Amino acid sequence: MAKVLVVTSGKGGVGKTTSTAALGASLAQTGQNVVVVDFDVGLRNLDLVMGAERRVVFDLINVIQGDAKLSQALIRDKRIETLSILPASQTRDKDALTAEGVARVMQELREKFDWVICDSPAGIERGAQLAMYHADHAIVVTNPEVSSVRDSDRIIGMLDSTTEKAKGGGKIEKHLLLTRYDPARAARGEMLRIEDVLEILSIPLLGIIPESEEVLRASNLGAPVTLSSPDSPPARAYAEAARRLEGEKLEITVPTERKGLLARLFKGKS
Amino acid sequence: MGLFDTLFGRGTKTSAPVARDRLQILLAHERTGDGNESDLLSKLQAEILEVIKRHIPVEQEKVQVKLDRGNSVSMLEIDIEVPQIRTPGRP
Repeated sequence: MAKVLVVTSGKGGVGKTTSTAALGASLAQTGQNVVVVDFDVGLRNLDLVMGAERRVVFDLINVIQGDAKLSQALIRDKRIETLSILPASQTRDKDALTAEGVARVMQELREKFDWVICDSPAGIERGAQLAMYHADHAIVVTNPEVSSVRDSDRIIGMLDSTTEKAKGGGKIEKHLLLTRYDPARAARGEMLRIEDVLEILSIPLLGIIPESEEVLRASNLGAPVTLSSPDSPPARAYAEAARRLEGEKLEITVPTERKGLLARLFKGKS
Repeated sequence: MGLFDTLFGRGTKTSAPVARDRLQILLAHERTGDGNESDLLSKLQAEILEVIKRHIPVEQEKVQVKLDRGNSVSMLEIDIEVPQIRTPGRP
């Protein structure tokens, strides 16, 4: 049975697209069929972060409006055979994203893939609501920062009220993904502690992604960080989060730099 | 880039130039108003398909359109799965 995941946050710039790409690549590396879907109509970026921007022909709206078949709009990743991306439209009106159209496409994606990962736009408007509507699981991406935690709380409320699962009397499984976490600053008391965020939001923790230069490097290169530098702390944190999504019970740690003395001295190639 | 970086291999691995090149190519396409590129492509696909359909039966699903946007030229690739053609006169 396919699992539909939404990666959401309310606030912009917290790492939804980075997380979608990294988790998608990690899950696909185990041989499962994964599709990452960009719901940010008008401001698509998942294609760029995945390095597929030059190959976009058709998009989600084209499929919804019947201009293209789903199979024609899916772009197969060049590095991982079992990973595909469905881009958002860059030019169309957001209203072109209809509830019926999205439902039809999601149904078709469920039949084709093991994992459907929806990258939600920021905000709490239509696009964000449609991205979460069909989800079985929600990954709430949160920075240890007051406005991000507040917006996440808002989104959690929506997940529990306006989704298909919630309307049917069920519950979406929610997971907290804490990103851009800086252990040193948290230790100095300059950043909200993990326990604080968990207590406030009270949803289970999926993983802690440490702040890292590797994330910017990955988006520069157009590759999920789990592929561009698999040994880096954020990549290992994402890989572990992906294993937890598959049901593995792993102790949650904050991965740190693994470097030899020489490398540490010279801050060399990582 | 400092001597230090060059000496210790950072120079060969920087990612910012890659980012700049990718953005330049992408934005050149997005700015020239070919935002309706997909309209053009679906039109092209429909018309090409129409011509081919006059001669052989082809399903829309058996058509794959691939694109690779480049700096000065883009590559448009249309793959059409053609069913076995029966020559007239045979059953």
